[in-house]
Amino acid sequence: MSFLSLREVRKVYHQGRPDELAAVRGVSLELEEGQVIVLRGPSGSGKTSLLTLVGCMARPTSGRIFLDGREVTSLPERFLTEVRRRTFGFVFQQFHLLPGIPVLENVMLPAYPLGLPRPTLERRARELLELLRVDHRARARADWLSGGEAQRVAIARALINDPRVIVADEPTAHLDSKLALELLELVADLRRRGKTVLMASHDAVVHDAAVVDRRISLRDGRVETGAP
Amino acid sequence: MRTWLARQRSLLDFALGSLWRRKGKNLALTAVYALTVAAVASVLFFTGALRAEAARVLAGSPEVVVQRMVAGRHDLLPAGHLQALRGIRGVGEIRGRLWGYFHDPTPQANYTIQVPDRFWGEEGQAVVGQGVARARRLAPGSPLDLVAHDGSTLRLRVRELLASGSELVSADLVLISEADFRRLFGVPPGVYTDAVLTVRNPREVSTVAAKVAAALPDTRPITREELARTYESIFDWRAGLSVIVLGAAVLAFVVVAWDKASGLSAEERREIGVLKAVGWETSDVLALKAWEGAAVSLTAFGAGVLAAYAHVFLLGAPIFRPALQGWSVLYPQFRLVPEVGPYQLATLFFLSVAPYTAATVVPSWRAATVDPDAVMRS
Amino acid sequence: MILHPGALALLVASVATAGLLLHAAGHGLVILRHWDLSSGSELQLRLERRTYLVSTLVGWVMAFELVSLFLYVFTADALAPLFRGAMCAAGSLRAAPGGYQVLVLKLAGAVLAGLWLLLDHADRQGFDYPLLRPKYAALLAVAPLLLAEAWLQLRFLTALRPQVITSCCGSLFGRSGAGLAGDLAGLPPRAAAAAFLAAAGAALLAAVALRRTGRGALPLALASALLLPAGLAAAIAWVSPYVYELPTHHCPFCLLQREYLGIGYPLYAALLGASVAGMGAGLLAPFRRIPSLAQAVPALQRRLAGAAAVLGAALLAIVAWAVLGSNLKG
Repeated sequence: MSFLSLREVRKVYHQGRPDELAAVRGVSLELEEGQVIVLRGPSGSGKTSLLTLVGCMARPTSGRIFLDGREVTSLPERFLTEVRRRTFGFVFQQFHLLPGIPVLENVMLPAYPLGLPRPTLERRARELLELLRVDHRARARADWLSGGEAQRVAIARALINDPRVIVADEPTAHLDSKLALELLELVADLRRRGKTVLMASHDAVVHDAAVVDRRISLRDGRVETGAP
Repeated sequence: MRTWLARQRSLLDFALGSLWRRKGKNLALTAVYALTVAAVASVLFFTGALRAEAARVLAGSPEVVVQRMVAGRHDLLPAGHLQALRGIRGVGEIRGRLWGYFHDPTPQANYTIQVPDRFWGEEGQAVVGQGVARARRLAPGSPLDLVAHDGSTLRLRVRELLASGSELVSADLVLISEADFRRLFGVPPGVYTDAVLTVRNPREVSTVAAKVAAALPDTRPITREELARTYESIFDWRAGLSVIVLGAAVLAFVVVAWDKASGLSAEERREIGVLKAVGWETSDVLALKAWEGAAVSLTAFGAGVLAAYAHVFLLGAPIFRPALQGWSVLYPQFRLVPEVGPYQLATLFFLSVAPYTAATVVPSWRAATVDPDAVMRS
Repeated sequence: MILHPGALALLVASVATAGLLLHAAGHGLVILRHWDLSSGSELQLRLERRTYLVSTLVGWVMAFELVSLFLYVFTADALAPLFRGAMCAAGSLRAAPGGYQVLVLKLAGAVLAGLWLLLDHADRQGFDYPLLRPKYAALLAVAPLLLAEAWLQLRFLTALRPQVITSCCGSLFGRSGAGLAGDLAGLPPRAAAAAFLAAAGAALLAAVALRRTGRGALPLALASALLLPAGLAAAIAWVSPYVYELPTHHCPFCLLQREYLGIGYPLYAALLGASVAGMGAGLLAPFRRIPSLAQAVPALQRRLAGAAAVLGAALLAIVAWAVLGSNLKG
């Protein structure tokens, strides 16, 4: 049963200008819950753009997107953000932790707009840091972390609002192979907890990992293989 | 409601932290802001206090002053006029006054010489204001020599100094007896500088003034209300003029604020991009920016008002005093009585916080509408 | 022109307010012309971003209008000694043409900005921008009003000349005075009191009914719309002599002064708040039928009804305290 479906989705940047770029050109996809899915393809093939569309971060130029059978294509930003907060957690290629503030606060950031009481929020963030085995760094500033630690903190941040789907863009790009394997173990762990994991990667270690349920290849903004 | 409060608290926390992380830039902005507020507030506080002081003085002054005019100039009033005034219905008490200005060449100062209603000293004695005492280094018992109109010397002895309570008007005052006054200025007996009269029914003041002008066509009656109006418009005019001059400063500050708000650093832009990407919505960022603005405004407003208060009421407004009070060698060194109310604060709000807000609202919105997917595409 | 700091602050405020509003109205116009929710084009995305800006701007406009209403009355009060015969704001506003019109426009501006923000708030509750068109059309309709206010205020302040003979509130709001102000003061206190109490009572009942049953928004709006003028008339004709303890003194401004414990502030704040909340509940009534607002609007109406009821009760309590606690028996 697919929970997310894309129908003929296109995304054009800088429409009508000389630098117009059609990043996604008519993609139709059905994604199932509880799976680990990898988008692969050379750089410029539209992986990241497709992630932002699936993750309700950007609205498609045309086409329709359904989440749990409900159309989210033209929801105003407020509602789209609400859907996104409840459904998706994001891990970015460069982690994008905010420098100068403590790790604990970095993890809590996505939950600030939800208006949870402060103690609840702190308890939840600590639990996640513990789960990812970086709780000893809770008071450290985010820019003092090693690459592996930053990755784990970024994952903890993605989990703070208890999303159903973890979206990760090139998660192994800044990790050595040992850390990359550790990451895949984490992904397997998330899958056991019932989370869906959607990754964009051109790293063979990720493509060939046993934990991956489905591989989708992209080229020039279109799905090459792996689409139902 | 609790959710709303918790959300605002989290956003405020983050806003304060975010300001602190860029403290160099923000403290500089806040300092300029506070300085602007302090300058405008000083003018408002100072003129407000002067106005209150003048009102206190006027409250004790006569309701109508009658001056005789000769060839369009103020002239001495013959005692016969006082008799004529007595015949006007509604007039209470009438009294001829003797007062004048005296230039003292030694300290290059002007004194106001006055014969009070009932002089409590004797002939040959003088009661002097604090300003005069400072200029001539006088203490009770000191001799005070004044050069009379005919070149002779009038020798007086200081009986006491005036209390410094309302120094604004009493600083340059010298009180002497009627006989000494006439000798000093050569004013013959039977004439007065002017006359003051009280009116039995306060509502009749303008009617009485009209009757005086009709009965004695060569005189000019001046009512207390007119005096108050004159004081008031002089103070307002000076304050307004100063505010316009300071307007340039406010404008410069607004340009700085606009520039700071719109020239977001790359780091700040990335930070907002990350917030949007991890699930903040435009209105969350707008609320964050509003808290930042409120924190800066409140700090600057509070610091500016306190600085102005200290400048005006504790230090006596050393910077604005010459411009706002007029020039005289005998500056009164009176202590201003604080007069700060919601009205002054509202005025100040519109002269500082409103322009700041108007200048920063569009840049903040621009910052808040960064696309959430921007950090992924960079 | 009088170079008074308060007058200058008012000019700065009106320039800021008019600038913000013009900016908002400009965006409103573009949004009305090019809005197409079904489109994913970049223009549409830009327009949606602008809706945030417009809401923020109008929020500031309302805040500025409220503070400037206060500042306007106080500046007029502070200027009073400059005009022969003027003893408080009532006289100063007479000292040049347009003084009272500006006051009425400021009041209207604050009320309309408040109602617009309620409309905006309701619109944000629907997932398909259900009130977008009425909202921005209303903004374009309100904009000229506030611009007119800024213009009239500039004319009024520049036309002020010290020493102009005006009438003070004693004669202006005395029973013999001509014009609207005199007519208001000339109302028999009993009639003014009856009209006010009827409007307030009706508004209170309707608010409680709406809160309890979710019905009766239109009667509440009607009563609230009457409450504002009736309340102002009652403040002048009925309540103020009790506060001043002078049967002939009818002045709406002196109520704000320290001698009378600033009773005018809570009085006018409760009056304004109750009327806006009540009118807002009625304004939203037609939008209950829009599917995307079918749940949000009734909930919002109930909250507004609650606010109107609390503020209305507070208003009645303040008036009762002022009238019953007075030494003036009438």
